[in-house]
Amino acid sequence: MDCCGGTTEHDEDCGEVQVKDSIDAKTVDAAKALESENYSAGFSTTIETDFAPKGLSEETIRYISAAKNEPEWLLEWRLKAYERWLTMEEPTWAMVRYPKIDYQAYYYYAAPKAGAKYASIDDVPKEILETYEKLGIPLREAEVLLGVEGAVETAAEAREKPRVAVDAVFDSVSVATTFRAELKKAGVIFMSISEAVHEYPDLVKKYLGSVVPQSDNFFATLNSAVFSDGTFVYIPKGVRCPMELSTYFRMNAENTGQFERTLIIADEAAHVSYLEGCTAPVRDENQLHAAVVELVALDDAEIKYSTVQNWWPGDEDGNGGIFNFVTKRGDCRGDRSKISWTQVETGSAVTWKYPSCILRGDDSVGEFYSIAVTNGRQQADTGTKMIHLGKRTKSRIISKGISAGRSNNTYRGLVSVNRKADKARNFTQCDSLLIGQNCGAHTIPYVENRRADAQLEHEATTTKLSDDQLFYARQRGIPEEDAVALLVNGFVRDVLQHLPMEFAVEAQSLLKVSLEGSVG
Amino acid sequence: MLKITNLSATVGEAAEAKGILNGLTLDVPAGEVHAIMGPNGAGKSTLSYVLTGRNGYDVTGGSATLNGEDILAMDPETRAAKGMFLSFQYPVEIPGVPVMTFVRTAINAQRKARGEDEMSAPDFIKRSREVGKTLNLNAEMLKRPVNVGFSGGEKKRLEIYQMMMLEPKFLILDETDSGLDIDALKTVADGVNAMRDPSRGMLVITHYQRLLDYIKPDKVHVLAKGRIIKTGGPDLALRLEKEGYDGVLGEAA
Repeated sequence: MDCCGGTTEHDEDCGEVQVKDSIDAKTVDAAKALESENYSAGFSTTIETDFAPKGLSEETIRYISAAKNEPEWLLEWRLKAYERWLTMEEPTWAMVRYPKIDYQAYYYYAAPKAGAKYASIDDVPKEILETYEKLGIPLREAEVLLGVEGAVETAAEAREKPRVAVDAVFDSVSVATTFRAELKKAGVIFMSISEAVHEYPDLVKKYLGSVVPQSDNFFATLNSAVFSDGTFVYIPKGVRCPMELSTYFRMNAENTGQFERTLIIADEAAHVSYLEGCTAPVRDENQLHAAVVELVALDDAEIKYSTVQNWWPGDEDGNGGIFNFVTKRGDCRGDRSKISWTQVETGSAVTWKYPSCILRGDDSVGEFYSIAVTNGRQQADTGTKMIHLGKRTKSRIISKGISAGRSNNTYRGLVSVNRKADKARNFTQCDSLLIGQNCGAHTIPYVENRRADAQLEHEATTTKLSDDQLFYARQRGIPEEDAVALLVNGFVRDVLQHLPMEFAVEAQSLLKVSLEGSVG
Repeated sequence: MLKITNLSATVGEAAEAKGILNGLTLDVPAGEVHAIMGPNGAGKSTLSYVLTGRNGYDVTGGSATLNGEDILAMDPETRAAKGMFLSFQYPVEIPGVPVMTFVRTAINAQRKARGEDEMSAPDFIKRSREVGKTLNLNAEMLKRPVNVGFSGGEKKRLEIYQMMMLEPKFLILDETDSGLDIDALKTVADGVNAMRDPSRGMLVITHYQRLLDYIKPDKVHVLAKGRIIKTGGPDLALRLEKEGYDGVLGEAA
């Protein structure tokens, strides 16, 4: 274990979302005009919204369930979770400090008034489409297909472009899912989980809560009681999903918690790559985000899950910002299955998140690649758990923590080798980079090993972005902000290369803006 | 070209600031190579940092201009774009950033600052290959992170590579000979000599006369206690080598 910290005279502001090139300058300016400081995703959308009664009670849960016209079994599942939650205590072991959350002060369900689901994308309220457009998330299939500037492109060129199918979640409900017809042809099910409950109840019933049980932890249990929407993906046997799947989460309404639930199942020998992006408007109040993501990989299946998280981090004094308490877990249920998590975490006031792998199948593989950036007063306690149960299971953890301003960044990870996990192997590398004198970086690796033949390697480094390096780059003519970005990109290079191409470019720009003003 | 007048500078926080340069005056015209020699602690490295704008050094008096422009008020990157280049005594490691990425970023940042077009990737690669060849730096080395795992000699050759790629107007070589064996010294000197040009000025800071056998200076200055106390031709360097600083300085004082 190594711990270190330090101190600078500076205390900086936090990031800005990179708006894609394809969005016209006017939209960007409009978004910028609404932003506080330089977080450009910080605008809110004015749209009539239906709320559940404020606060949390059995009544709230019944309201949510009724609003979604859910079957009885799901209501009961929720109520059971709620009962359990009432007996649980909020965890305090993470290295994060925040004011006590009043769970009765939130709305647990907010839906755009025009109706939860739209028959066609043309029925989605204009304001919502515009919101996504401002963020650079094209929802119209034609736009995706052609790339937004696409008018000049020929259809043939368009077909060769990598495409991404998007499910957009606005506050509590999914508002649009693109490319469904084409995915359906391949047998891929990609829809909001509320729809899946009706259309594929057996699959949902079979897998929901099978990776993250209802009683797993305080926040996961809360999610089980009140989850509003999220994405459901099923890739049938032997199918390689023909495009990247992606969900875009947007928290809009005030005093609202977002509790999405994502369930991805890759049947035997299926492959899927899934991307998740998040933003929220600037609010003085803290917003609560407690998501659950469950992945199931059967024999020879592979799931790659990438996240770029840029929730509003709060202002430079630590007011507002998202509390991000997320439970993400993948179950390598089948032999030779593989689950890979890649995350770029730049937002949120408080992050509490440990995407994990249960390596149940023999020869299964788990991977975790992470970049966590904290600036201003942000606090992140993030890492992974690799639970080796099957024979010859392998895991790999590469974590890069970057702390600037007055932030605190903790890597917390567990590598556990069960006594039946013959010849399990793990490689862990945790690197921390400190920018300035007032931030902290902490590395807390836990290892539980019951096998003499396990091979476990751990490497950890802590470095400071030095004045020497900055001056060297500037002497060569590279302006200070660009020099910081270049040095940071060098530091995270071996993680960035695991992100899908388009995401990697976006992540690089995001890193740059997140660290703007962190030196000087 | 570079004109330094009565320059004074301190290093460190105000309370415990130490005066390192005390009224230094020096004029290096375009096309000339001047050597600065001096004992340890004379202010040689301070001079190179003050001229390139490193944090922590405060100018307390005097001026420095490059082609008539006051450089002391500029950011380090602006000075670089104006053509100032420092070959570091201790080149810095930059993990994860390949040499070619670093240098190409630098070239294009300088060009942007000057309002010029970026250098295209093919042009860059072609030029990099040529320069690498003259310095015995193979393509593999130029793909490695800047200075990481490089030997002392390789680091110095990489400084010269950057210099040749950036084509600065004014070069400062800070103890470029330290840590070099004789073959590497020759390679480095060849690179520097290739940069000699009627439009370019150079300041070669060194402790020993040895480097000056390979890079022939037009003038040699002796720096002691923060100012130039003696100026002469190349023979002054030889005298210093023979008689030591004490001998020559004793005479000056």
